[in-house]
Amino acid sequence: MTDPARTGASGRLDARIPAGPIAQKWERRRFEMKLVNPSNRRRYTIIVVGTGLAGGAGAASLGELGYNVKCFSYHDSPRRAHSIAAQGGINAAKNYRNDGDSVWRLFYDTVKGGDFRAREANVYRLAELSVNIIDQCVAQGVPFAREYGGLLDTRSFGGAQVSRTFYARGQTGQQLLLGAYQALQRQIAAGTVTMYPRTEMLDLVVVDGRARGIITRDLVTGAIEAHVGDAVVLATGGYGNVYYLSTNAKASNATAIWRAHRRGALFANPCYTQIHPTCIPVTGEYQSKLTLMSESLRNDGRVWVPKKAGDTRPPAQIPPEERDYYLERKYPSFGNLAPRDIASRAAKEVCDQGRGVGPGGRGVYLDFSDAIQRLGEATIRERYGNLFEMYERITGENAYRAPMRIYPAVHYTMGGLWVDYQLMSTIPGLFVGGEANFSDHGANRLGASALMQGLADGYFILPATVPDYLAQHPLDALDASHPAFAAARREVEDGVRRLLGVRGGRSVDAFHRDLGRIMWELCGMARNDAGLRKALGEIPALREDFWRNVRVLESGEELNQSLEKAGRVADFLELAELIVIDALHRTESCGGHFREESQTPDGEALRDDANFCYVAAWEYTGTPAQPRLHKEPLVFENVPLATRSYK
Amino acid sequence: MNGTAVVRASALLAFWDTTVGKKVVMAVTGFVLVGFVIAHMAGNLKVFAGEEKYNAYAAWLREAGSPAFGHEQLLWLARIVLLAAVVLHLVAAWQLTRRSWAARPIAYARKAALRTTYAARTMRWGGVILLLFVIYHLLHFTFGAVGYAPGQFKPLSVYRNVVYGFSVWYVSAFYIVAMGALGLHLYHGVWSMFQTLGLTGASAERLWRRVAIVVAVGVVAGNVSMPIAVLAGWLR
Amino acid sequence: MNLTLRVWRQKSPRDAGRFVTYEATNINAHMSFLEMLDVVNEGLIARGEAPIAFEHDCREGICGSCGFMINGVAHGPRRGTTVCQLHMRMFRDGDVLTLEPWRAAAFPVLKDLIVDRSALDRLIQAGGYITAPTGSAPEANSIPVPKPDADLAFDAATCIGCGACVAACPNASAMLFLSAKAAHLNLLPQGRPERPDRVRRMLAAHDREGFGNCTNHRECEAACPKEISFLFIPRLNRDWVATGLRARRAAPAPSVA
Ligand SMILES: Cc1cc2nc3c(=O)[nH]c(=O)nc-3n(C[C@H](O)[C@H](O)[C@H](O)COP(=O)(O)OP(=O)(O)OC[C@H]3O[C@@H](n4cnc5c(N)ncnc54)[C@H](O)[C@@H]3O)c2cc1C
Ligand code: HEM
Ligand code: HEM
Ligand code: SF4
Ligand code: F3S
Ligand code: FES
Repeated sequence: MTDPARTGASGRLDARIPAGPIAQKWERRRFEMKLVNPSNRRRYTIIVVGTGLAGGAGAASLGELGYNVKCFSYHDSPRRAHSIAAQGGINAAKNYRNDGDSVWRLFYDTVKGGDFRAREANVYRLAELSVNIIDQCVAQGVPFAREYGGLLDTRSFGGAQVSRTFYARGQTGQQLLLGAYQALQRQIAAGTVTMYPRTEMLDLVVVDGRARGIITRDLVTGAIEAHVGDAVVLATGGYGNVYYLSTNAKASNATAIWRAHRRGALFANPCYTQIHPTCIPVTGEYQSKLTLMSESLRNDGRVWVPKKAGDTRPPAQIPPEERDYYLERKYPSFGNLAPRDIASRAAKEVCDQGRGVGPGGRGVYLDFSDAIQRLGEATIRERYGNLFEMYERITGENAYRAPMRIYPAVHYTMGGLWVDYQLMSTIPGLFVGGEANFSDHGANRLGASALMQGLADGYFILPATVPDYLAQHPLDALDASHPAFAAARREVEDGVRRLLGVRGGRSVDAFHRDLGRIMWELCGMARNDAGLRKALGEIPALREDFWRNVRVLESGEELNQSLEKAGRVADFLELAELIVIDALHRTESCGGHFREESQTPDGEALRDDANFCYVAAWEYTGTPAQPRLHKEPLVFENVPLATRSYK
Repeated sequence: MNGTAVVRASALLAFWDTTVGKKVVMAVTGFVLVGFVIAHMAGNLKVFAGEEKYNAYAAWLREAGSPAFGHEQLLWLARIVLLAAVVLHLVAAWQLTRRSWAARPIAYARKAALRTTYAARTMRWGGVILLLFVIYHLLHFTFGAVGYAPGQFKPLSVYRNVVYGFSVWYVSAFYIVAMGALGLHLYHGVWSMFQTLGLTGASAERLWRRVAIVVAVGVVAGNVSMPIAVLAGWLR
Repeated sequence: MNLTLRVWRQKSPRDAGRFVTYEATNINAHMSFLEMLDVVNEGLIARGEAPIAFEHDCREGICGSCGFMINGVAHGPRRGTTVCQLHMRMFRDGDVLTLEPWRAAAFPVLKDLIVDRSALDRLIQAGGYITAPTGSAPEANSIPVPKPDADLAFDAATCIGCGACVAACPNASAMLFLSAKAAHLNLLPQGRPERPDRVRRMLAAHDREGFGNCTNHRECEAACPKEISFLFIPRLNRDWVATGLRARRAAPAPSVA
């Protein structure tokens, strides 16, 4: 189903990267792109699925340009998109601190941070646009932190050596999303955007090889509907919940991109998952999600575990010489600020050695006692008060007295649908933005750069590239009666009926938990050949059991949360297999993907540029077990390939 | 009517058509009524100064403003303002109350009160009690139509009217109960009207709270002192 | 610990609802309230009964999805805490808890504890934004904002749109939500030009949506999980009185059908 012109027999993918020096590529492409006459825009219908930073900003901006936008979200309000949960901040190369930051440095840090598995041209454009994002958000009234002089404040985040992170207390994501949401509401009032809340996309409709619409289910009435458009934008977020327990919102899922994948969109680097080092550890079976403690805590907290295994003394009774401040020991120059993937793996390592703390031994201490002695409790309270409060709320423990207990948790998925420089997938007319695409973070995302990417895609890139596509490809008018729509609609209806028809004995959550356990144990922070092969046995078995044994009560003609979950878990059960296949095929270690077979003598990730310097884009062939691999070679002309060392 | 006048009129209508507009009307009329109640009490306390002084005051009320105003002219002006205030206050109260009831058609099976006060919760029924009181009160002290033995009530011999009026214990009791309702109404109302008008802030809010307490307690004490004094036989 | 739950069950907006009593047995004190409900639901599903529908997503107290009444208190007993962040250690063994959906004409019940809060979105559509077309923005630092204004605007901006203020208000008024959003935008220099129209249109929408009228009970403030100050309401009244009469001649609000 993928357009042969764009994925040759060799499987080579054309990323359509503009020619010329990297700093001029975006400028040049903007000029190359075709425009749509303002008076004609209203005649084009653009379907945007998702109202997070990418979707919300995109739908609002496209509506503003005069296109007829139909915007979808399974949430009750666009404002609930998972972007709301982002805490830390958003990067931008404003260099307000005069500390040597620049577009080039942000570009360089992001490519290096991504462990040289991202596309240079995209990353440069991202860095370039970062400055416009801040301007746009401030104009909308996003209340970023400010200095006493009234100018914007910034901080250093996630181990960056420059202070380029803009933030809004501990809720940057909420404030940025409200900015986009309000812009979207403005367009809804103006009539350019039609909003469909509580409406879930369940399939993509492709006509003559082009994306022409979607099939949706009204989550309140259960009505299945077809929506026709001239282009479809997916901004549906990440799929971290394939692990069941993650920092993602409960409803975050892969259904939209997975159904698009089944319709022919290639899925890139599915195995690149980011495990965040500072989350609140699991307390029991009933655990429903994991809570992130902002990375900023690592600026003042010291991470340690007891030196000897099985030491169950309360932390206060463990003398300094019997503590192992392992990050400071292993990474003297970065210490507690070592990048996420590295800090997470280190935590797993010490816990595997039986030196973990807290119930279940799956935790490490994040200790503020030194900082409190040095700066006083008042300062710490002022810096992290809300986070300490959140910790107390959840654990009932006072982190001013005893150290926090933290453990890594699945946080972000760098993989996603493959897109070219225009953010168009391998299905012409299907665009993908935000966490749902694979684009800019390579094998590991730096802190505060996902918000940046979501907004760059939404405010600036999609509103330029989607119209270019519309201008270049006149499409013949069609309506929902077209056979392709009728067929897709029938498939969706059958899918719903099938789920309700199983009438098995186990709840959807039970299956989701099992899947999560398999993925976390066999395809989590560290992966190896044997484990991955084991997973490849267990996942299809679980999938079969799901279809024989899942219990979904009530009907399809009403608000039915079990039914919603069931559809999503069914897709996770297929995606999981692809993730494992990708992880198995990539025998190198890079960023968030650590293959135990590929490490340096002292246990650091060992990249294999000779064999794996490419994007792995998988094509769906009809059976989840046999996806076809396409490779997009990565060339580094501006940032020389180097080993990423934080020692 | 000229253009701007039309705009003014329609603007006032539009103002009244919004809930906040009605609420502001309540606050302003409420302010007028509070002013009256305080002034009225101050005047009535002259009853303790003795018969001549108090009757003189009543007489003065009717001549107030002369020579600029003729007999009872200013008084009638005041009466018109008062009447308008009560009517507007009442109509706004009625309309807003209906609106709020319609906004929650199904009541909670269980509902806790965290920060609101008894006074705030009883504004509406307390107001109704006040309305009934005012009606009775007018028939009583102004028209002498109720609460007196035939011939007891004599216009302008206000002192006697009050003493005879309050010497009937259940009449006094009713007054005292009504003053309780008034006190509650003022305790919330006086604070609330400044919130409604937006004349408040972190510190001002605490000030208005204190002012409300002083006004409520003062008015109740002052007004209740009269029936008590009569029943106790200090005024005879 | 063991608890008794009296839960409002309502199949759809059209059906009549009723309270049904369930036993929640051996509940762990470290569970969140919603995790406790997950456990109850697993039990219901095992017994072939429809699970209790309740809205939730982030479970971190930020998305504003969750929320229902626990014994007559919006979001339950802990101040400044959404029900998803409420933990069972707040309760005692043997407690009897009544769970009820937000009740307001503007928030029709969709199912069990889930209500339709789209009226709040329509308040925002009426003027809860700053008109700043993409690309038209000036350099961010060209608009300095005095820190006190920025901080106060932020306090207002922390609203998560959960609707607990409406649920808690004896008048089912959305004035806390509305005034917080208006204050966030009105306090910033970027938001000043649209202030008169914003205030007028948002209040008109508030009336249109059938919310009640604020009589300064302050229950909203007490129930608000973000502890938004009641004083934003008087601030809105003041802005309205100040600009209301003057701005009234301006164009009417765009239709927000
Ligand atoms: C706890 C946490 C903290 C974070 N902190 C930071 C940070 O500090 N800095 C940073 O840069 N990044 C951070 N991130 C990452 C960042 O928040 C996300 O990557 C980003 O917000 C994703 O935005 P999005 O627009 O791509 O998708 P989302 O915001 O997830 O939006 C997805 C949208 O798609 C809709 N949708 C999905 N599927 C369907 C469907 N089938 N049908 C209809 N609608 C659908 C949803 O309703 C939703 O509106 C954090 C992430 C988490 C989990
Ligand atoms: C005629 C019968 C009356 C009725 C039915 C009535 C009813 C009400 C109601 C329902 C309110 C709104 C509650 C609130 O906003 O908190 C109110 C407010 C108020 N009332 Fe009355 N009331 C009456 C008489 C009075 C009198 C006699 C006074 C003065 C002594 C008074 C002073 C006030 C004040 C100051 C407020 C506050 C206005 C505001 O909150 O903005 N009212 N009244
Ligand atoms: C116990 C306390 C009170 C006493 C002793 C009292 C006494 C009187 C008297 C003697 C009169 C007749 C005056 C005259 O005809 O010259 C009068 C009139 C009146 N009183 Fe009171 N009063 C009291 C409380 C109140 C209160 C609380 C209110 C309002 C809430 C009120 C409202 C009025 C009004 C509206 C009139 C008619 C004024 C006029 O137009 O002539 N009174 N009162
Ligand atoms: S003001 Fe508070 S209670 Fe009301 S919606 Fe916002 S956060 Fe919820
Ligand atoms: S509780 Fe209701 S009455 Fe006003 S102060 Fe809050 S909105
Ligand atoms: S679930 Fe998001 S605030 Fe409670």
